[in-house]
Amino acid sequence: MTTRTTINNDGAPRDYDIIIVGAGIVGAMVARFLSRYDLDILWIEKEADICTGATSANSAIIHGGYDALPGSLKAELNVRGNAMWDQLAEELQFSFERCGTYVVAIGDEEREALDEQAERGRANGVPVEIIPGEEMRRREPHINEAVSAALYCPVGGICDPWGATLAAAENAVSNGVTLMRSTAFEDFLWASDGPSGKRRITGIKSSHGDLTARWVINAAGLYADDVMHKAGTRLEFHITPRRGEYYVLDRNQFEMNSVLFPVPSKISKGILVTTTVHGNTIVGPNAEELEDKEDTAVTASGMQEIWDGACKLVPDLSRRHIIALFAGLRPGGNAPSSNPVLDYHKDFIVEIPTEVAGLVNLGGIESPGLTAAPAIAERVVRLLEGAGEPLQVKADWLPKRPARPVFRHLSREEQAALVARDPRYGRVICRCEMVTEGEIVAEIHAPIPADSYDAIKRRTWLGTGRCQGAFDMPRVVEILARELAIDPLTVSKKGSASELLVRRTKDLEVG
Amino acid sequence: MSIRTGTAHRYDVVVIGSGPGGLAAAIAAKKTGADDVLIVERDQELGGILLQCIHNGFGVEVFGEDLPGPGYAQRFIDDVRALDIDTLRDTMVLEIDRTPVQGEARKLYVTGGRGGFSEIEAKAVVLAMGCRERTRAQIRIPGMRPAGVYTAGTAQRWVNVEGYMPGKRIVILGSGDIGMIMARRLTFEGAKVERVLEVMPYLTGLSRNYVQCLLDFDIPLQLRHTVKRILGRDRVEAVEAVAVDERWQPIRGTEEIIPCDTLLLSVGLIPENELSQNVGVRLDPVTGGPYVDESYQTNLPGIFAAGNVVHVYDLVDWVTEAGQVAGERAACYAMGTTCAIVAPPIPTRAGEHVRYVVPHTLNPEQLTQADVRLQMRVTEPLEQAVRIEVHDGERLIARQGARYARPGEMVNITLRRRDYDTVRTARELRVSVVPR
Repeated sequence: MTTRTTINNDGAPRDYDIIIVGAGIVGAMVARFLSRYDLDILWIEKEADICTGATSANSAIIHGGYDALPGSLKAELNVRGNAMWDQLAEELQFSFERCGTYVVAIGDEEREALDEQAERGRANGVPVEIIPGEEMRRREPHINEAVSAALYCPVGGICDPWGATLAAAENAVSNGVTLMRSTAFEDFLWASDGPSGKRRITGIKSSHGDLTARWVINAAGLYADDVMHKAGTRLEFHITPRRGEYYVLDRNQFEMNSVLFPVPSKISKGILVTTTVHGNTIVGPNAEELEDKEDTAVTASGMQEIWDGACKLVPDLSRRHIIALFAGLRPGGNAPSSNPVLDYHKDFIVEIPTEVAGLVNLGGIESPGLTAAPAIAERVVRLLEGAGEPLQVKADWLPKRPARPVFRHLSREEQAALVARDPRYGRVICRCEMVTEGEIVAEIHAPIPADSYDAIKRRTWLGTGRCQGAFDMPRVVEILARELAIDPLTVSKKGSASELLVRRTKDLEVG
Repeated sequence: MSIRTGTAHRYDVVVIGSGPGGLAAAIAAKKTGADDVLIVERDQELGGILLQCIHNGFGVEVFGEDLPGPGYAQRFIDDVRALDIDTLRDTMVLEIDRTPVQGEARKLYVTGGRGGFSEIEAKAVVLAMGCRERTRAQIRIPGMRPAGVYTAGTAQRWVNVEGYMPGKRIVILGSGDIGMIMARRLTFEGAKVERVLEVMPYLTGLSRNYVQCLLDFDIPLQLRHTVKRILGRDRVEAVEAVAVDERWQPIRGTEEIIPCDTLLLSVGLIPENELSQNVGVRLDPVTGGPYVDESYQTNLPGIFAAGNVVHVYDLVDWVTEAGQVAGERAACYAMGTTCAIVAPPIPTRAGEHVRYVVPHTLNPEQLTQADVRLQMRVTEPLEQAVRIEVHDGERLIARQGARYARPGEMVNITLRRRDYDTVRTARELRVSVVPR
């Protein structure tokens, strides 16, 4: 099977069976699940790399499913998605830990809220257990002493959302999916009305020209409403970006072993204090509704809010331990639940709309979207099957994505063996996270090449530590330029317009 | 690679880092009599950050000459070669074993792009990893996260070593020395440095850098100002500057958008001690470096620390001096000729106007052999003649004058050998800086 490289979009064919719009976790899972079948699939992403939107900045939790409203699509896909992560992590070789999660009640007045969550959990078929405050203090010594009880969900977990998306995407590409980055959806292409009278989509107009397909799958995340509207579907659907800000703490200074939620509010699951698969503790997010779908700025007030919220759960946090800050946007929708008995207007959309032919809409995939993504992909397969799409399993489909060596995860003996085999794994480029030149070079030449600083950061975890890239950045620029045979001046943080350097010294300024 | 083949990779003294502290330590260790001394350096060349410090100002104390950083380093590198000190470049120490082998040497795991993965044993170790720069996250600057936000040291490496400009129109946050030096350097290279913002009401770097790097080039310095917000999605487009009150809170109505493509941060340095912490070296939360005695020995016998890894210096010459002391004592440790301890070490303590004192403890017997320099930072500027005083309770042990004391400039007082009798009986050494 040929792997289509994705650095240069110009050579790619223009006619496909299916076009997937958007390369977050949902798009990646859909691409990966569909890559199993004998289909020509094109997958486009407007940014220079995959996984840059909602998937790139969230709490990285695989939710148990006790929080979602029973009877909603969100609840169903959360619970189903949760059950799929062990196999996915095994097949795709990314970090996932089913460590269990806690909702903690601080003081007696919050105690009752746990019962509601437990009730929902039971209705959703999710194992939950209320444990006394004393037991919670034993399990998490850092917790506020005023904890009165906690809801423990043993099936909750944590993952690396970048790693999961990249692994699924890489597996999809290895199974023949064509990925075009820096390619924006602009509009649909239409066939003239057929005998049924229903308008039929025949492809899309993109920033790289017209691309044709029988199906377009809208996994455009924050922009899913715009794509729906271009098709004349779901005109009442609107995505409101809801910003959440986070702090990352230095794992050498502060380590926790649990995932702690506060009792939830009306609009969010609240400000968490949680460990991550990397060992760093993160705190956040707040929830602020915005208009601008690109406004991932952190704010002074937001940082104060998440700190106050976090200290309520874990009072001994210290601002000295903060090593990174970021903000993400949740694609919050307003879709009414398809379950007629529910008066609920924040449900997921996973549908083949009836008004047009050739479209699959995935929308409003906010939390627990990461958890639900594989279940959404599974449902997309069923929807296509139901619509008469012949899905033939490919004989040579590869379910597994082999992992590449991660120096810091190896034993000293394994490290010695790896360095002996390839000395580039002996050269540490990122000293805080112990990322070696070998790992960087491997990512630059991977099936989905890492060709910017942030792309390497997401894939290797380089630059995420306490120096935040201050030492590694010049060396990464040098390695990228060398490996890609490009001018260092064209090396960017996250695609064109974000070049890191502006000119050579001694060069004359013109104009 | 210059590890000698056929040896068991066993050294008397292993120095980690080859900046000014590490080079001086290795040379001193060898000169003191340690036979096998090794320097491990993670970069391609010896010299550490000095190699990117192409400005002058180095060596006035040590050589009586005003040298650029690489020239200053070269003097020591020449000595390293002449003394036949082993070096492992392009190599990083991954870990120092917590438990010494057979009670005497410790195992170090190192890896390198040229020398591969290996194990080394060291009777004594000198930590000389230097420091790193504080980042945007540590001072929590709000706004977007575009390209164009760099620490001053990263920019310095790009400009001085790699030959690339990080931007054309630049705002610098922080009046630290690297920031001011880069303001001048970038101006030389044709960039427009719009201004330097400093949140404190005083300069945090050296006054001479303010004069030579900012005043001489008409680069404005705004004290009590900070960056409220970074603007730009892909690349920095502007920063919003704002004045702050006594509690560092932004003053509404003083916001100003400064268009620029780059924000450089020169907002402090932090000793780099992850390796130290992992082996069990205890750190002082004030300095960020190990607790050390007058020999720069940490709480772990045989593990010494020198230079910016202990606390952040402003003059490299003093880093060299600290490295010399640490290297000499590390050699003594390896050779078993360490100065006797006849009484518990005396703690030093930060008194009036003093933020911290290094070393943290002093074995008075050391004063029978050498003077001991106490180093400190003051908590606030004292712009008048001051006295630096060492007391034990009410008893004055030593006193020295200075024309002023500023947080950006390290303050010293030396305990002389002649002070041995008064120091010996002290229960603590409280160091104060008081107006005369």
